[in-house]
Amino acid sequence: MSTLEIKDLHVSIETEQGIKPILKGVSLTINTGETHAIMGPNGSGKSTLASTIAGHPRYTVDSGSITLDGEDVLAMTVDQRARAGLFLAMQYPVEIPGVTMTNFLRTAKTAIDGEAPKLRTWTKDVKAAMAQLRIEPEFAERNVNEGFSGGEKKRHEILQLELLRPKFAILDETDSGLDVDALKVVSEGVNRSIEAGGLGTLLITHYTRILRYIKPQFVHVFVDGAIAEQGGAELADRLEAEGYDRYLVAESATA
Amino acid sequence: MTELTQEHATDSKVWSQDFIKGMTEEGESLSEINPESGPLGGSAAKAHSHGGDSHGGGVGVPDSSRAGRLTSYNLADFPAITGREEEWRFTPLKRLRGLDRVGIKGVKLNGPAPLVEVSAPDGVTVETVGREDARIGTAGIPEDRVAAAAWENFSEATIVTLPAEFAGNADNVTTLTLTGQGDAPAASHVVVIAKKFATGVVVLDHRGTAVLSENIEILVEDGANLTVVSIQDWNDDAVHASAQHLLVGRDAKIKHVVINLGGDLLRTTPAARYSGTGADVEMYGLYFADAGQHLEQRLFVDHSTKNCKSRVTYKGALQGDNAHAVWIGDVLIRKQAEGTDTYEMNRNLILTQGARADSVPNLEIETGMIEGAGHASATGRFDDEQLFYLQARGIEESVARRLVVRGFLNEVIQHIQVPALEERLRESVERELAATPQ
Repeated sequence: MSTLEIKDLHVSIETEQGIKPILKGVSLTINTGETHAIMGPNGSGKSTLASTIAGHPRYTVDSGSITLDGEDVLAMTVDQRARAGLFLAMQYPVEIPGVTMTNFLRTAKTAIDGEAPKLRTWTKDVKAAMAQLRIEPEFAERNVNEGFSGGEKKRHEILQLELLRPKFAILDETDSGLDVDALKVVSEGVNRSIEAGGLGTLLITHYTRILRYIKPQFVHVFVDGAIAEQGGAELADRLEAEGYDRYLVAESATA
Repeated sequence: MTELTQEHATDSKVWSQDFIKGMTEEGESLSEINPESGPLGGSAAKAHSHGGDSHGGGVGVPDSSRAGRLTSYNLADFPAITGREEEWRFTPLKRLRGLDRVGIKGVKLNGPAPLVEVSAPDGVTVETVGREDARIGTAGIPEDRVAAAAWENFSEATIVTLPAEFAGNADNVTTLTLTGQGDAPAASHVVVIAKKFATGVVVLDHRGTAVLSENIEILVEDGANLTVVSIQDWNDDAVHASAQHLLVGRDAKIKHVVINLGGDLLRTTPAARYSGTGADVEMYGLYFADAGQHLEQRLFVDHSTKNCKSRVTYKGALQGDNAHAVWIGDVLIRKQAEGTDTYEMNRNLILTQGARADSVPNLEIETGMIEGAGHASATGRFDDEQLFYLQARGIEESVARRLVVRGFLNEVIQHIQVPALEERLRESVERELAATPQ
């Protein structure tokens, strides 16, 4: 079993107006087999947490720690983190000109596993995973994310999740911009990865909609860069009914 | 059009086929009613005085139109180059090592020409001939002062002939290895002739150290199908101006490939002209500019006959301080060239800070009665977000960079369709990448 542990994390970004703190002391522990949902209004720091775990250069960690089975994640480069078992499904996957999906997936798999996958089984695995996510076969020869619709990009993120088999998956608003059918397909993919075992999941979302398909054991509500409330799946139901208003009211009352 | 959406298009205008077809009637009626005031009036007017004469002089026609560009075999006809001319404005003249000033203040072009080594299959003839040989001048005429200087000063020419109906392919390539003989300014001349219905591949492989001005004439007779690959992989100090003149016959096909890799300053100016109808010109280019290198590619496709096709695809990668690439793509569709189908595309990938790519497509259309005409130009940066995405999938930075560039340039390499050559060029690209400054 693995543990991803975030302790008292403070993160800031540089803006034109100066340095702006985003995360103000976040602590969170995720174990293999657990699914955690992070919810919260826009600008509360959810995506910053995701990007910081993955090591995006835009974010500066001012204090606190992130460890994976005791190893210092913050000391690792972006690719080292991925090879250590962290996977970030991005909110806005970028287009990579000149690199086909086939080439990209094989290169990534080789990098993560430390050896090239066996050609025959690999091709079969890719085809099967694509079919389950309703990705047309010709996408294999297209350049990474190039000309993909929003839904196609998200399905390709989950394709990578299924093929790369990380220890921890951080899904950054994977549900945003998806219609109901695409949401189901994507959720099924995530559930397959969870059921396959050996995965801890951090599901970041603005809406409760995806939680009808992916069931979290833990729900954390983010407000203004810190966790305002934590609970079980019932907390998501309450948010669905009440929205984030009561947190925002509380915040403005104390301000 | 997905070409453009993935990058920051710096200069792109594309006429879709539908647009041109829509323009057809309008263009026609305008030219009949009032040719001088129509949107194409200026260039249409030029076609009246110079149309049909593809080697016409430039009197009274603006420098900006390719229809009016001065052409001559005589150096004295060309004024001294100032650097302000449209065709010279991107070239750092100081680094031409005198190639631009031949005949001025005693500057000479009489260094030893490159040594030519030949590897040719049975049936293909390769000859060394004197200046008086009648085949010289059959496909080309200089269009700038540097090329005219080379034409006046070469002492011997190499002529490659694929005989009529010669059946060449990727396995019996003719290769001329041209090895520079040092840094004394030199002139050279090569003629490649594919006789009627000949097919085959000719590779011109430039290497070594040279300060060289060169004319290459490529004559593709009726029904022939010729591939010419010109590789410039010189030593770092080389300076090379190469005017490549293509003349393509009726129903003939030429695939022309320029590979610019090594040298301090390379200026390659391929110009394609048609002598018959129904011909097909494909021009590919690949360049990789490193720190301090100036790689300039200036294309011209002169559509003067009916129902001909042209496709231009040039792609370049740039890395390092003061790496500079220039691509100019001029396409002229003359009034009589009805049924023309042309598309040209240039894409640049900038890998590091400090590199610069200039890309200027120019399309002059003197008739609306065409199949299609378009161009696209885009310069993109391999940016931090792309790097982050690839690294977030476990791929190391150096591998990520290679993955992107290899894929980007492979689109050109795979069109060469000579496996041994493709392999060599992939290795060359890998070598260039290995030198990527981090």
